[in-house]
Amino acid sequence: MSEMVIRVSHGTTEKMEEKTYKVPVGPGMVVLDAIHYIQSHFAPDLAVRWNCKAAKCGSCSAEVNGKPKLMCKSRMDAYDQNEELVVHPIKTFPRIKDLVTDVSWNYRVNKTITPFTPPKGNFGKMYQADMDRVQEFRKCIECFLCQSVCHVLRNHEKHEEFAGPRFFVRIASLEMHPLDEASRIKFLKEEGGLGYCNITKCCSEVCPEDIHITDNAIIPLKERVVDEYYDPVQKIFRIFSGK
Amino acid sequence: MESYETHEHDVLVIGAGGAGLRAAIEAASQGVSVGVVCKSLLGKAHTVMAEGGVAAAMANVDKSDNWQTHFKDTMAGGKMLNNWRMAQIHAQQAPDRIHELEQWGALFDRTPTGDILQRAFGGHTCKRLCHVGDRTGLELIRTLQDRVVQIGMPVYMECTATHLFKDGGRIAGVLAYWRETGKFVLYKAKAIILATGGTGKAFVITSNSWEYTGDGFGMAYQAGAQLMDMEFVQFHPTGMVWPPGVRGILVTEAVRGEGGQLKNSKGERFMERYDPKRMELSTRDQVARAIYTEVKEGRGSPHGGVFLSVTHLNAEAVKKKLPSMYHQLKDFADVDITKEPMEVGPTTHYIMGGIRVEAETTASTVPGLYAAGETAAGMHGANRLGGNSLSDLLVFGRLSGHHAAQFAKQNSGAVKINEDEVRRAAQEVLAPFDRTSGPTPYELHEKLQEFMQAKVGIMRIESDIKEALVEIQDLKKKLTTVRVSGSRMFNPGWHLAYDLKNLLTSAEAIARAALMRQESRGAHTRLDHPKTDPEWGKVNHVISKDGDAMKVAQSPLPQMPDELKKLFEETK
Ligand SMILES: Cc1cc2nc3c(=O)[nH]c(=O)nc-3n(C[C@H](O)[C@H](O)[C@H](O)COP(=O)(O)OP(=O)(O)OC[C@H]3O[C@@H](n4cnc5c(N)ncnc54)[C@H](O)[C@@H]3O)c2cc1C
Ligand code: SF4
Ligand code: SF4
Ligand code: FES
Repeated sequence: MSEMVIRVSHGTTEKMEEKTYKVPVGPGMVVLDAIHYIQSHFAPDLAVRWNCKAAKCGSCSAEVNGKPKLMCKSRMDAYDQNEELVVHPIKTFPRIKDLVTDVSWNYRVNKTITPFTPPKGNFGKMYQADMDRVQEFRKCIECFLCQSVCHVLRNHEKHEEFAGPRFFVRIASLEMHPLDEASRIKFLKEEGGLGYCNITKCCSEVCPEDIHITDNAIIPLKERVVDEYYDPVQKIFRIFSGK
Repeated sequence: MESYETHEHDVLVIGAGGAGLRAAIEAASQGVSVGVVCKSLLGKAHTVMAEGGVAAAMANVDKSDNWQTHFKDTMAGGKMLNNWRMAQIHAQQAPDRIHELEQWGALFDRTPTGDILQRAFGGHTCKRLCHVGDRTGLELIRTLQDRVVQIGMPVYMECTATHLFKDGGRIAGVLAYWRETGKFVLYKAKAIILATGGTGKAFVITSNSWEYTGDGFGMAYQAGAQLMDMEFVQFHPTGMVWPPGVRGILVTEAVRGEGGQLKNSKGERFMERYDPKRMELSTRDQVARAIYTEVKEGRGSPHGGVFLSVTHLNAEAVKKKLPSMYHQLKDFADVDITKEPMEVGPTTHYIMGGIRVEAETTASTVPGLYAAGETAAGMHGANRLGGNSLSDLLVFGRLSGHHAAQFAKQNSGAVKINEDEVRRAAQEVLAPFDRTSGPTPYELHEKLQEFMQAKVGIMRIESDIKEALVEIQDLKKKLTTVRVSGSRMFNPGWHLAYDLKNLLTSAEAIARAALMRQESRGAHTRLDHPKTDPEWGKVNHVISKDGDAMKVAQSPLPQMPDELKKLFEETK
């Protein structure tokens, strides 16, 4: 069994330090296994979030060699065994301790989005073709990797004015839901700050669920904002077509 | 003691999986004040991992399906040890609970005619599982989570409950600590719903996460509630066996539901020898035992499992129907399931036993204390059918929310919690920080998992179980000397140190009940008593705290009314 050196960021926002550990690497091992090994052998208080260990819950987000990743999905053998592997918490949110960050901002943003609003009464049939698109958005596991990588949050810290790609995905899932009757276009333009997004596609690249965030959610939403605010013909068309 | 924050609710729900969230929604609809406490972030509970589907007799695909058939399948799967009334309520109410989810925004896969599509699953005689590809649990939890956010109630996330308190005989509140800061918080409540899930982390090979340490069982037991059917632990037949890091991670039964075949190293579809009629879609207990036997008799795969193959199915259909399995196997095991078979073997998955509750109300034996979801016993008997858990969460989550709210309204007087008890509880949780020598929690946990797996696992024998019980007593002693280091801030070592207490209570309950049941039934297999014995089919094992000792008693199984009994005769 080979060995790898891992450098892990410890500490809190006030005081942080990096520590290096030697970890044995077995077949198929992932970064989260290495972190657990460090916990049970060297640093029992090393803080990390995880649940499913199968890329289904979105808990174990971190930055591995500077890239936002799910640790449970990052194979050790994908990295150069002779180089140090560096594990840091995701950058865009304040650190609580070690690899755990305070992601409560996301839960607050989520609360400001108009919830699912169906028509009253029974709604009968729904067809697969009408829901394929929305089902793609509903695959989101809320890992917040897209939030972490988006420069509007990561570099420009527009947390107050920008909802971030995760919530554009959520809004798209509601706006394109075959039964939803509410409109979140004003929110997107104003509080949501959709205009800040300049379609760099970094969010789509990191999404572990392979959601085409930019192409399938953000661009169609941008089009809707344009139609609503700048294109009177489309707007009238929409009023008559009911959406 | 240090100062601590206090919150007060009419109904406090502990657990934010499907059961807890459905309970909270229902309780809130009764106009009482509701709070939810959970160990992880909202949306990360076990329910999110459920893959295959949720069972409900909607008869969208098999027109002949109805609640009676679902009820019969559930009872047969549970080897008739289920609480018949729970199984009946479940079968009758599940379809409404699914429709309700749609009204809250859930989008299940469809039939060509626009109804909810249903797939086959082991032990279900009709195509019955509503699903969203193989990420059904995510759809379920997100829908409930959105609903909870919409209603607007406090959700105390990353907060671990440790001790229940009573006022006189009735429930009065619970002590918890914030994982982030390690500070204590006291919740006063007129009624409490435990929806804390199971205890898979008592075993090495498991599909369960760190959260599954049997906290609900431990807390309820300490508070004087009864546990039941704890010998019945479900070993899911198809967990991953390779590579080592993912050993135990689930390969959903939907793989077999969609037509996957099990083969041994000789290429034989060995289920022919164990259950020729149902083959791969036999019940989980049978398939798990079959795989165990194949491996033991030398017909296993290179890494000690058997082969599960979907290569004979259309590759595009596999990717569409089982997308997350396709990725899971590709990413973790370098296996392209459309081209090569997977290697699978049994993994600890679910516990049928749990807190003993009343069928209609989910009330435990402690007034004001309710339990729902995996943490409650009775619904699944000796073996749970796939898909029957997600529906159980919805049906009994709702009932628990309703009845807890009613209880809170009818017993609206203020509850008092004894300060001394709170102080003692807090001291117990903090004690490991005071020690400078002694074992680490990780060492003790590893030990527990090893002997539970080896001695109280899928095949059991009296001498092994007795040895495990000796080891449990030994670990209990060692737990009083366990040491942790670091600060109280987000300290997993410290968290585990307290979780171990609940794990040990759960492990002891499992072992004691397993020792007592001298027969094989459903998920409980005794090598020294291989037959199913009708006499044992008349009793449940009920566990309660008797001073410092754990008491196991037998309780007669509630009798089914004649009109339900008739359902079973008709098919004979
Ligand atoms: C991989 C996998 C796949 C599955 N697939 C299916 C399927 O396809 N169909 C099906 O029907 N079933 C399936 N199951 C089973 C089913 O998912 C679970 O039994 C079910 O989700 C349990 O739900 P619950 O609400 O009871 O508990 P959970 O969803 O586990 O929630 C428990 C909650 O309790 C909280 N909690 C626990 N202890 C404490 C404490 N001390 N203090 C505060 N909070 C606490 C946790 O934080 C969590 O929020 C699957 C299970 C697994 C593991
Ligand atoms: S495409 Fe838009 S939302 Fe996505 S990372 Fe780039 S700027 Fe951010
Ligand atoms: S959209 Fe993708 S990257 Fe963003 S939170 Fe969801 S799963 Fe994660
Ligand atoms: S642990 Fe669930 S996504 Fe990594």
